[in-house]
Amino acid sequence: MQYPQLSLLLEAGGILACNRHLTASHRVPAVANYFLTGEIMQKEKTHATAIELKGITKTFGSVVANNQIDLSVRKGEILALLGENGSGKTTLMNMLSGIYRPDSGSVLLNGEAVTINSPEDAIEFGIGMIHQHFKLVDVLSATDNIMLGVKGGSRWLKKTRSDKIQEISRHFGLDISPEKKIYQMSVGEKQTVEILKVMYRNANILILDEPTAVLTPQETKKLFDILRRMKAEGCAIIIITHKLNEVMEISDRVTILRKGESIATVETAETNAHELTELMVGRPVELSIDRPENGFEETLLEVHHLTVANEEGFEAIQDIKFELKRGEILGVAGIAGSGQKELCEAMAGLLPVSKGAILYNKENIIGKSPEEIIKMGISMSFIPEDRLGMGLAASMGMVDNMMLKTYKKNKGPFVSRKEARELSKRLIKQLGIVTPGVDTPVRRLSGGNVQKVLLGREIESNPNVLITAYAVRGLDINSSYTIYDSLNEQKQKGVGILFIGEDLDVMLELCDRIMVLCHGKVTGIVEAKTSTKEEIGLLMTGGSGKEGSADA
Amino acid sequence: MIINFLFAAIKAGTPLLFGTTGEIMTQKTGNLNLGVEGMMFMGAFVGFFTGYKTGSITLALLAAFAVGVFAALIYAFLTVSLRANQNVTGLTLTIFGTGFAQFFGERMIAAAPDKSPKLPAELVAALSEKAIPLLGDIPYIGKLLFSHNIIVYLGVCIAFICGIYINRTKAGLNMRAVGENPAAADAAGINVTAVKYIHILAGGGICGIGGAYLSLINGGGVWNNSCVNGQGWIAVALVIFASWSPVKAILGSLIFGAFSVLQFYVPKDIIELPNAFYIALPFLITIIVLVFTSMKKSKEGAQPAGCGINYFREDR
Amino acid sequence: MRESSSKRHYNEPLARIVKKDAMSNQRMAAYSVFALILAIAAGGVFIFSLGYNPFKVYATIVSGAFRSSISTQGTIKIAIPLLIASLGITHAFKMQFWNIGAEGQIIMGGIFATYFALFHSDWPHWLLMLVMCAAGMLGGGLWALIPAFFKTKYGTNETLFTLMLNYIALYMIKYLAEGPWLDPKASGFPKIASFEKNARLDEVFGVHAGWIIGLVLVGVVYFYLKYSKQGYEIAIVGESENTARYAGMNVKKIIMRTMFLSGAICGIAGMTQVSGAAYTLSEGVAGGVGFTAIIVAWLAKLNPFVILLVTIGFSVLEKGSSVMQSSFGLPTSVSDILQGIILFFILGCDFFTRYKLIFRKGGQKNDN
Repeated sequence: MQYPQLSLLLEAGGILACNRHLTASHRVPAVANYFLTGEIMQKEKTHATAIELKGITKTFGSVVANNQIDLSVRKGEILALLGENGSGKTTLMNMLSGIYRPDSGSVLLNGEAVTINSPEDAIEFGIGMIHQHFKLVDVLSATDNIMLGVKGGSRWLKKTRSDKIQEISRHFGLDISPEKKIYQMSVGEKQTVEILKVMYRNANILILDEPTAVLTPQETKKLFDILRRMKAEGCAIIIITHKLNEVMEISDRVTILRKGESIATVETAETNAHELTELMVGRPVELSIDRPENGFEETLLEVHHLTVANEEGFEAIQDIKFELKRGEILGVAGIAGSGQKELCEAMAGLLPVSKGAILYNKENIIGKSPEEIIKMGISMSFIPEDRLGMGLAASMGMVDNMMLKTYKKNKGPFVSRKEARELSKRLIKQLGIVTPGVDTPVRRLSGGNVQKVLLGREIESNPNVLITAYAVRGLDINSSYTIYDSLNEQKQKGVGILFIGEDLDVMLELCDRIMVLCHGKVTGIVEAKTSTKEEIGLLMTGGSGKEGSADA
Repeated sequence: MIINFLFAAIKAGTPLLFGTTGEIMTQKTGNLNLGVEGMMFMGAFVGFFTGYKTGSITLALLAAFAVGVFAALIYAFLTVSLRANQNVTGLTLTIFGTGFAQFFGERMIAAAPDKSPKLPAELVAALSEKAIPLLGDIPYIGKLLFSHNIIVYLGVCIAFICGIYINRTKAGLNMRAVGENPAAADAAGINVTAVKYIHILAGGGICGIGGAYLSLINGGGVWNNSCVNGQGWIAVALVIFASWSPVKAILGSLIFGAFSVLQFYVPKDIIELPNAFYIALPFLITIIVLVFTSMKKSKEGAQPAGCGINYFREDR
Repeated sequence: MRESSSKRHYNEPLARIVKKDAMSNQRMAAYSVFALILAIAAGGVFIFSLGYNPFKVYATIVSGAFRSSISTQGTIKIAIPLLIASLGITHAFKMQFWNIGAEGQIIMGGIFATYFALFHSDWPHWLLMLVMCAAGMLGGGLWALIPAFFKTKYGTNETLFTLMLNYIALYMIKYLAEGPWLDPKASGFPKIASFEKNARLDEVFGVHAGWIIGLVLVGVVYFYLKYSKQGYEIAIVGESENTARYAGMNVKKIIMRTMFLSGAICGIAGMTQVSGAAYTLSEGVAGGVGFTAIIVAWLAKLNPFVILLVTIGFSVLEKGSSVMQSSFGLPTSVSDILQGIILFFILGCDFFTRYKLIFRKGGQKNDN
């Protein structure tokens, strides 16, 4: 009913051969025509259900990721899929995109039961998913990635392909260089490629998994504009998120998942952030975090003109300066990839520093290995972002992981597992770690328990300085609060804490001061008590708030 | 002299070209198959045996291709479908293939009239080096480029076709994507399993023809139980040397072929180097190439990122 | 509008693959035994297809390996280098360093040891043996250190690097045999002289003392990897280099040290081969043992005691097949085919320890 019109539009837009096979496909190409005409086409709003999930169950080994989940999205609607980390949002959506197969349950597309066996099927059904971890081939160009796997058309890779991509992206109001290789791109650019990929395939059911995590507020706004326009076109959109403000801003309805089950579906207009949180967590939540007064004054750590190059040789941290007091939680805010990882690793002695100094009680620790730093009597604990990849040995048990930083202390050439075993047992009791045994590989524990193992070990070493990167990522609210409490406990003991975070609301409540990073530079350090989210958001984008484009 | 040398180099390099092209096809799709030696051995025997029984060059090459495909099918089934360790499976394939060729070769010898199976005369004639009319008459170049046995041209053609296929076609693009990042390819709707199977099988078949070259051409018409003798491993080295490009493999196999015959052409009174040095040289150069590519840290012209890792969609 | 989808509606595949939870050791062992039985059965089918009685052939293989004290000794002789090299490789594999260069490391160990055997055969026997053993370790260790150095420095792919080094080592023997170490008594034939009696490894119970070295190494390697600090470091580096760096380990040093050790142990295998088995250095000194050792180490899941068992299995097959020619008129290469078939099956069966197949339920195939 729609496609003759579209093909006219396409031709009018000068996009001929390349898109012909798309218009000839059996789908309703809802996305493209809006952008090509550049104005919202007034058409009847359909409220028919685009896709419906019934009783979906998915288990991984003995872990039940999704249990009897029901969910539906209508055409021309944005549905937010809200849930804490580990609540099964991504797993559920991966079943729509054909990555996983449900153990049981059914998927109804336009009222008809369908089986999605593979991503290929999902594309066929007009389902497009933008994954949180981009599914792009590094060594290929944007064009190649966008065209990858597209059926039909010429068998040859024609030189003119990228012109067409460029043309389309211009119409879509997106900015990319078609010939640029993915590995040369910034995160923002990569997401643009992902969006184009989905658009090129004319998806009319769009799933976005935490799309704003890597974006600046300006980029987020732009993305939301695009989503609204697609919605007006009759697309069904599912956006996975755990950010309540985004839910309230963009969605029409919200489905809440908790521990792998669908708890409720509510109209966004009829709810509020507080109610959503309660639904998400499953009990009334006092959304306030303690901030004990800092009883210490002396400076613990001074960082001067620190410049750090990352593994690719790019200066990820440029000339930054700050100090950390005893008994202080200094938050570090910034868009993902602004230099947080490099800052942490440089401070922990894991990345070489190109310039600058880190003074601990007036003593420079630059150039020292982590081992030497420990020998100097500085106990610095670092809870890295990539817990199983950096902080722990995933296929070893708790015992072996407890020895990680202390195994050298045992005399002689052999290791002793006795103390580590006792420590493990103690931590299981203290922090309520759920594990079948102290020798069970930690990769089999849930995210919250893994984090507790790591935190427990680090706190056990009685640090003076504690660095935590995304300490609560992947944790449910309960576990998060346990972690905040532990941190506050350390704070009151006089430990200086560097808290790399992503949730500004949490940071404003927990931290004493917040340092904002943007492109490896400090754009400001604010008092948490008096600052606002808007102020920090502005600093995150470089202070002016005008640097909105996707380029880095 | 120089022409003779280069001519011999082309002759010696051709089986390597097949092995290398086959292995490039396999590696480009994300599978490191260390069974090239085995697949070439199987191709060598089956190619020879078919030629011995039928006298047909076409059938001999087809049979060699088919047995290469069969060997690769074992590898593909184990590594792609059953996700077995690629290195171990490849090594096992080499053991199996070598045993296969030597076992049946031994039996063929035992069954032959004078315990020495010889190819029929018409087949030997068909396989002989012949100048192409007109082109072959061009001085120097005619001898160098247009006076070879027919399989040499076949090898160069296959390498060119594979090169164009990989870089210029959509199917080739899909294959590269699978080799680099199977999860991304999968999400883009490419059937990763099918792509892997197709290219591993095709690669195995090409290796099989390379084996047949060794038994049909190099053996001088008589079966030799150790005719492959490490050529498969050199082909694996050449893949690195050619930086995973079949077209570069043409040049690479020429160079490697040249080294293998160099000792017969270097005037002994001027330069005296041990023979072993010439044979080891290709491996040494391969190492240098390997080190240099890693120093550049370039993502292109390097081993496909997904190589050696089996893909399972539901891996988290 | 949606013709294409209708054909796809119900085409659920017959079976799909799901990952399993980790299995207990007992179940794993049960699976392995089952896989082995299946593999042997498959080999039997092959033997049957050749027109022989598989039971008879298998019985002949086993009895052939142990039919006399001489054959038993022969079997053990085959097992020694394989066992030692597998133990060597285990170190590298534990670190996720894909050392497929055991072949070359064995050869270099052999070359270094041979130097003393040829030119210092007048030294006291015990001293010579110790020096040869140390030289073998040094040779193998240094040869393994080269790829380790480039791996840590530039991230050079170690699989391909170690593979290339095998051939360079092999041609080094060729060079030595044709030139500097040419046996003057061989009247121009390129070979290296046989060792004098003083440079030969002593025999204990009729087999050269390499078997003692091998058995001792089984225990030592087990304790080293499981209970030593260095073993712990190897496991952590293998697990994640980032975690190792985070824990303050010097990853580069650990990789180099472990690779040296891995190569050194393979070098011992080379030393026992030249001074215990061949009494000379020839191009066949490693004879594919380095490659088979990779398979052994992998099959044994890097457990030294299981490596011992697997090695014995391989050796029995190898030695027992040598009587196939006389008993059945089958070429000895039949053992390679059998090895291949058995391994293919074991490799394939490993799938079922990690994944399970879920078959489509009959009732789900509902019609429109």
